[in-house]
Amino acid sequence: MRRRWSGVIRTPLGLTAAVLTVAVLALAVLGPVLWGTGADVIDTDDILAQPSAGHWAGTDNLGRDILFRVLVAARLSVVLALLAVAIAVVAGLLLGCAPFLAGRRLGRLVSAAVNIAVAFPGLLLALFFAVVFGVGATGAVLAIGLAGAPAFARLTQTLVAGVAARDFVAAARVAGVGRLRILFRHVLPNIAEPLVVNATISAGNALLSFAGLSFLGLGVQSPSYDWGRLLYDGIGAIYVNPAAALAPGAAVLLAGLGFNLFGESVAKRLGIGTGPSVAPMARTAPAPEAHTEATPTDVVLDVRDLEVTVPGEAGPVRPVRGVTFQVRRGEAVGIVGESGCGKSLTALAVTCLVGDHGRVDATRLELLGHDLRAPDTAVRRGILGTSLAMVFQDPMTSFNPARRVGGQLAEVATHHQGMTRRAAADRAVDRLAAVRIPDADTRARQYPHEFSGGMRQRAMIGMGLMGTPALIVADEPTTALDVTVQQQVLDLLAAIRAADDVALVLISHDVAVVRDVCDRVMVMYAGRIVEDLPAADLADSARHPYTRALVDAVPDMTTDLSQPLATIPGRPVAPADVPPGCAYAARCPLADARCRAEDPPLTADPDHRVACWHAGEPLPDRQSADQLVESP
Amino acid sequence: MSELSFVDVTVRYGRTTAVDGVSLDVPAGEVVGLVGESGSGKSTLARAAVGLVPLAGGRITLGSEPVPTWGRHRPLQMVFQDPYSSLDPRMTVGESVAEAMPPGRSRATRRAEVARLLELVHLDPASAGALPSRLSGGQRQRVALARALAANPTVIIADEITSALDVSIQGAVLNLVRELRRELGLSILFISHNLAVVRYVASHVAVMRGGRIVEHGPAARVLTDPSHDYTRELLAAVPGRTTRRSQP
Repeated sequence: MRRRWSGVIRTPLGLTAAVLTVAVLALAVLGPVLWGTGADVIDTDDILAQPSAGHWAGTDNLGRDILFRVLVAARLSVVLALLAVAIAVVAGLLLGCAPFLAGRRLGRLVSAAVNIAVAFPGLLLALFFAVVFGVGATGAVLAIGLAGAPAFARLTQTLVAGVAARDFVAAARVAGVGRLRILFRHVLPNIAEPLVVNATISAGNALLSFAGLSFLGLGVQSPSYDWGRLLYDGIGAIYVNPAAALAPGAAVLLAGLGFNLFGESVAKRLGIGTGPSVAPMARTAPAPEAHTEATPTDVVLDVRDLEVTVPGEAGPVRPVRGVTFQVRRGEAVGIVGESGCGKSLTALAVTCLVGDHGRVDATRLELLGHDLRAPDTAVRRGILGTSLAMVFQDPMTSFNPARRVGGQLAEVATHHQGMTRRAAADRAVDRLAAVRIPDADTRARQYPHEFSGGMRQRAMIGMGLMGTPALIVADEPTTALDVTVQQQVLDLLAAIRAADDVALVLISHDVAVVRDVCDRVMVMYAGRIVEDLPAADLADSARHPYTRALVDAVPDMTTDLSQPLATIPGRPVAPADVPPGCAYAARCPLADARCRAEDPPLTADPDHRVACWHAGEPLPDRQSADQLVESP
Repeated sequence: MSELSFVDVTVRYGRTTAVDGVSLDVPAGEVVGLVGESGSGKSTLARAAVGLVPLAGGRITLGSEPVPTWGRHRPLQMVFQDPYSSLDPRMTVGESVAEAMPPGRSRATRRAEVARLLELVHLDPASAGALPSRLSGGQRQRVALARALAANPTVIIADEITSALDVSIQGAVLNLVRELRRELGLSILFISHNLAVVRYVASHVAVMRGGRIVEHGPAARVLTDPSHDYTRELLAAVPGRTTRRSQP
């Protein structure tokens, strides 16, 4: 937390803004102390003087030094602005939290009132309040404060509603914690950051609004003076002494800029605004590799030494570390592993979807003999577009919600295969029928939200079938679906494979699904393949302790109910701190000194590859659950 | 020991009826598995029981008394699906667990109780000072269980508590659920869409569809000899029972 805040001043903009803000605040504290007397010295012999060595910004109509007065006015300007912000924040918080505390009906009333108030322009409200409360500093503070309150209330309301919907608030309610206590313990601490940031930004705005009101004569009245008042006085003499107006103007500008930029950079740093930016990495040109080994002709996908590097908090991390595999025509290969093991990134790398923030390196990465590391050209896009199909986990987000399903499918054909729109639309309907969507003709004219989850996933597969794919890459295609729908999607994938000899790479966390669908299973751990074996051997002949634990940990319909389930203690290794030896050693019951020091290579046996120094050794008796105590 | 009973419970969201006249008993000291697909009303039933959703009809009782939905004594507790959302990211593990304890205990008693509960769910008591961000999903879910236990409940509702977890961690949480029932005599309503998981922990199974319970009975009977077509359909869909591999 502290590191995130201190990170704000590490950017040049953040540092400038912070220095500016601190300077303004320091001036507000020290200004009147240092120059308070100097600012009030009346010198009738030297009125409306031009800037000189004695008076850097000249003098006003009573001969007082304008620069001193600008410096002294900082306190009143800043204090009034902060007071106004305080009013806005307090009133905003009260209104914003009211719907959470007050219950449904009253809450709705408050929200409606706030929504109406938000619709009024702030300055208009300020002018209105200025008339109500009378002309003067008090009226202006109340006016600007109350004018800022609706926006704050709205923000608070939205943030509170967001946190209130989270399960930990529900859990606290179930535990019998009162609403007010929930508000102070759970809700407010979790929305404090964006509120503080917005308060800082509105301090800048309040400062500007104050200068505006005072300049219009509605704010501070003489003999008090703030920057707006000085501007008002100076503007009359602008042809005599431009500095008299420019000096307070510059002060307003700098202070407003300081607060605004500081708030913005904090927001950026905390990920409230545009989110933390990641420096893009240069895509290094791949070293062309001489094709010494002849690739067997039935290989669809050939991946060697695949590495994916992405920027992390402390320098680049490598979630995929040297993955080598081939997929043959018509073969179904499953990739299983825990979340964060690099299975999805592997899929994205072979489909060229890693994006600009990550870097993909491989000594070979070929689809049907075409080098996927080659620069992005229309030809390569054409090959990817027609011979590769990708199915994502969440069918809700993989379609554009604003366009008809048929149109989105047809786009593939018009774009990559040069079909006419008419022919493409017909093909789309045909493909939707092929993925067993009933009444495909009507369905093609519907929008994605009109499809059920399973139907959307089938339409996504249908989109892949617009070309003549040789490979389908499916990343957790059924995880978001119900079991009966999952079965339909898996059946469909199996039927497509059987019909056209299409290869399938199925990524899943569910060992049962992979065992059911795939011919071969690759088990990934910490960015490497630790075992690659025929799916039929998974239950009985797995040799890596991780694979065996993974299989044993999942109950199926025949699991022995009298035994505790196998567990894997500890947690997966984060890509940022992969140990020098075997990444699984810390959780492995067979690990010894060699495992911790040396990373075992993947053996060369093409039928059953395994990366373990103790492959196939008997595992010690299952640890009883009572002995297992974990610490984070 | 009290038992949790749903009697003709109906819940409506606007015009949609999410739960439609459900009657279900969770006998004392038993684990009842509630299965069904998304949208079948399982979670709504759970949220209605703990008072997070108002009832449109029927009643929910705990040992013949209505379930208390106000005040600090809450003998019915709930564990949520997503352990990343169910723990306040700004509260330490110890604070989260202690919050659910009945009030009026000294600080030292609370601390000792937190340590006892964390040990009960197989977490190092020293992790009481840690923030949830330092814990894995499985560890978080065990903290959530410890928090539910802190309220000294007689019945716990577990709503899909393993579906957000990796399979390697799911086993540890399921073992814990069985252990808690065995050692503390807790009654548990265990909601899941995964039949294999329900089979492993539950003694009774209820199958829900479209807001209604279509089949209910001892787990061994429902999962081996289902009487309703929908249950058969669900059983047939469990992965690993068929094979779609290429023919050699």
